[in-house]
Amino acid sequence: MTTTDTGVTPSMIDPRVPIVNDFSIVAATENGSGSQTANNTLIRAIFKMGISVSGKNLFPSNIQGLPTWYTIRVSHQGYTARREQAEILVAFNPRTSEEDLAKLPSGGVCVHPDDLKFANPRSDVIYYPLPVKELVKQINPPQNLRDYLANMAYVGALTELLSIDRAEIEAALMHHFNGKRKAVDLNLAMVDSAIEYTRNNLPKQDPFSVAPLNMTSGQMLIDGNTAAGIGSVVSGVSVVAWYPITPSTSLVDAITEYAPKLRPAVDGKVNYAIVQAEDELAAAGIIVGAGWAGCRAMTATSGPGISLMNEFGGLAYFAEVPIVIWDIMRMGPSTGLPTRVSQGDILSAYYLGHGDSQHVCLLPGSMTECFEFAGMAFDLADRLQTPVMVLSDLDLGMNNWMTDPFTYPEQPLDRGKVLNTEAFEAFLAEKGSWGRYRDIDGDGITYRTILGNQHPRAAWLGRGTGHNENAVYSERNDDWQRNMDRLTRKHNTARTLVPAPVVEHVPGARVGIIAYGSTHDAVREARDYLRAHGVESSYMRVRALPLNDDVTAFMAQYDEVYVVELNQDSQMMQLLAAHAPVHAGKMRPVNLCDGLPLTAVFVLNRILQHRNAL
Amino acid sequence: MTTTTNRPTNRIGLTTQDYQGGTSTLCAGCGHNSVTSQIIAACYDLSLDPRQVVKMSGIGCSSKTPAYFLNRSFGFNTLHGRMPSVSTGVALANRTVLPIGVSGDGDTGSIGLGQFKHMMRRNVPIVYIVENNGVYGLTKGQHSATADIGQNLKYAGTNELPPIDICVEALAADCGFVARSFAGDAKQVRELLKAAMSFEGTAVIDIISPCVTFNNQDDSTKSYGYGKQNEERIQDITFIQSYEEVQVDYEPGSEQMVKLHDGPMIKLRKLDRDYDPTNRWQAIQLMEEARNKNEFVTGLIYINETRPTLQQTMQLIDTPLAYQDDAQLRPSREAFARVMGEF
Repeated sequence: MTTTDTGVTPSMIDPRVPIVNDFSIVAATENGSGSQTANNTLIRAIFKMGISVSGKNLFPSNIQGLPTWYTIRVSHQGYTARREQAEILVAFNPRTSEEDLAKLPSGGVCVHPDDLKFANPRSDVIYYPLPVKELVKQINPPQNLRDYLANMAYVGALTELLSIDRAEIEAALMHHFNGKRKAVDLNLAMVDSAIEYTRNNLPKQDPFSVAPLNMTSGQMLIDGNTAAGIGSVVSGVSVVAWYPITPSTSLVDAITEYAPKLRPAVDGKVNYAIVQAEDELAAAGIIVGAGWAGCRAMTATSGPGISLMNEFGGLAYFAEVPIVIWDIMRMGPSTGLPTRVSQGDILSAYYLGHGDSQHVCLLPGSMTECFEFAGMAFDLADRLQTPVMVLSDLDLGMNNWMTDPFTYPEQPLDRGKVLNTEAFEAFLAEKGSWGRYRDIDGDGITYRTILGNQHPRAAWLGRGTGHNENAVYSERNDDWQRNMDRLTRKHNTARTLVPAPVVEHVPGARVGIIAYGSTHDAVREARDYLRAHGVESSYMRVRALPLNDDVTAFMAQYDEVYVVELNQDSQMMQLLAAHAPVHAGKMRPVNLCDGLPLTAVFVLNRILQHRNAL
Repeated sequence: MTTTTNRPTNRIGLTTQDYQGGTSTLCAGCGHNSVTSQIIAACYDLSLDPRQVVKMSGIGCSSKTPAYFLNRSFGFNTLHGRMPSVSTGVALANRTVLPIGVSGDGDTGSIGLGQFKHMMRRNVPIVYIVENNGVYGLTKGQHSATADIGQNLKYAGTNELPPIDICVEALAADCGFVARSFAGDAKQVRELLKAAMSFEGTAVIDIISPCVTFNNQDDSTKSYGYGKQNEERIQDITFIQSYEEVQVDYEPGSEQMVKLHDGPMIKLRKLDRDYDPTNRWQAIQLMEEARNKNEFVTGLIYINETRPTLQQTMQLIDTPLAYQDDAQLRPSREAFARVMGEF
């Protein structure tokens, strides 16, 4: 284990002790300056050297000109969570350079354009000034590409300083520009020129470097929104309706990009529709209509969109319409921090709608789950005839994560209890009659006919108003109560169908940690640090709502239960307390609500603080 | 479908009984009940298969009416003002069915105005009926957004604000079928419905449909008395299904024929004014003049079937998206492997 992240920030990095494959780089640039190409090139090159990486983009809600920070973590232990501090700063944004410099640890590294002057230069930092303007001038790129190309200077400098494989830089550029040689060569010329300058003029003074490992072979880099988009196309989505909102937009972009590749047009015609609606209300309405009429229909949105979809959530729950809603959570309340991560929609999603409604919510915690839960969400929605929410977040959705490639689903699509014309005939022959909301099997899930069924008795009128088992309008108290009881029964059936939590019991542990979603990697790392502090911990990663008996059993087994989440009000802890009130007193919150992804150090320190107070 | 009665049957062997729905729970004499009757009559006359119709509505008195016609059709009574979006989803899922939507002036002119406009912008194929009475009935008599200036109600007092004109909104959105009628003019309602049901695209019919309980006093522009006294038809409308008459007699000059995509025709006999409903600018002018002169003009205001429908714009396959099976919905293993290879 390194000394850097065990809970105490080192006061000094010793330049004489090599640090290989265990550090973070933060590139501070201006939004819209093209730094994403530079950052993607760096992270991919290191990743392809077989070293574990993660990339987190901290960006403003803005098109161009505001500060943005991209952090690449390199870790031979395979840790991918954000760290509190980066050792290597690329100070390419004069507006934040003073603050950025101040955050470096002693002995840290600062790569900067040579015309950037620090008002408060630190003597305990190693500087590598680059003549960026001069290097750009030598390459002489077209005027409109000058700013973009400037960022490639730090790619070249870091390639030389950290011993990044130059061949992997070239391969990463080829990947980024889809093999367009002209663009690759232009960028590569800048990289090479910076490599040469660094080699000849900037002698290595710092201890940081990368060295090839074999941790990443067979893996790929992807973001969760792309994984979810591909997963949705693979799982038969037919109608997508959406309204642009950060950080969910790239999920629909991925569907738009991959649907033609995965389900190509036949004679110029396609079997899916992607509609940009006028608002999230209409997006929800369109998928409710399409889901009701028998399609796999979905939307992707974020908190403000969820608020607007409230009424439709209730209608779909009560009229029992299968739809899938992806909520890529960002920081609220209100417009909040549109480009910062949060897990703040747990309660509003679970209870979407007025009156009594509880929704099935899936909580992906990895790229594989973003992909697989896309299909599972449709299967559950069809099986349960109800909305299924998938609660991802900005960190999962928009940042780069390593993952094994996804596997082609072998299971057929589960379309649930749908009676087509023939099945309806058979049903009538066996049961004598049919009612849309009649619970034949005792699981709360009723038999559904779909528009186009040719049997003259198969039609029904969907509605959000009170109805009896035959879908006929009813204000009778007993009809209402019976229907609500059945919906509760159905929700309890959902408990048995949703993905179970992933539980790791450690013998002898008194501490149990509960987390979900994007916090998984920070918790995984924090448990190693806890162990170094003599604290063994067991771990349960919740993957869905409603909660089930596994959750209760885990809580029962430990004296101290820490619930890790990225919101102010401990939303999951509230649900856990309601689910297993007898164990509620054992729970302690470990919640971060500052808009940043969780760090292992935060989890470690918070748990140690709680323990000290016991 | 078989029937055992000896009533007259239509081309597909159904009686009017086969197009009925449940018993109306609206007030006796409500204009909406007349419209319901004409929907049943139009569907019967056109020999529409009820299984190929989907009934849509929002919330309000008018939106209850899909329960009162076409019991053999599927339908969805949605949210207040949100029938357009849900209908859009239904139309995308199943392009082979005909949506018949019933809305009201609150549902369309107030809470649902945005969705109404965007539905027309997308040209979602639907017969969109607005049963317009200028008043909120279920909540006991507030002015609606289509109430004329000076409309006086017992509970809500006098309306001071200008009305939203459903037809003008439709014209502004480039809706391809815009009509206005009066619930007391059964024949015109029926002929317009038949034309709308045969139109490819969004067809809006704004039907002044009096509320006998809250807004039927003679000074109300939405009353039976006012309508009967003041209705001014811009043409006599006859809908002709093409298979009925191959040769259609009409008098050039005094009559105009409008041909629809599958062959049916609308015969328009000119009345007092020289009016061409294929001219959008003239349509807007007619509406504006009628508003200035307080005229209650009815008829086919505008027709233009050239705009592509949403399904055409989206280049959807001919079979309903909802009928795709696993083999069609899953990508091939090769395509999947190729995409994985890109990463």
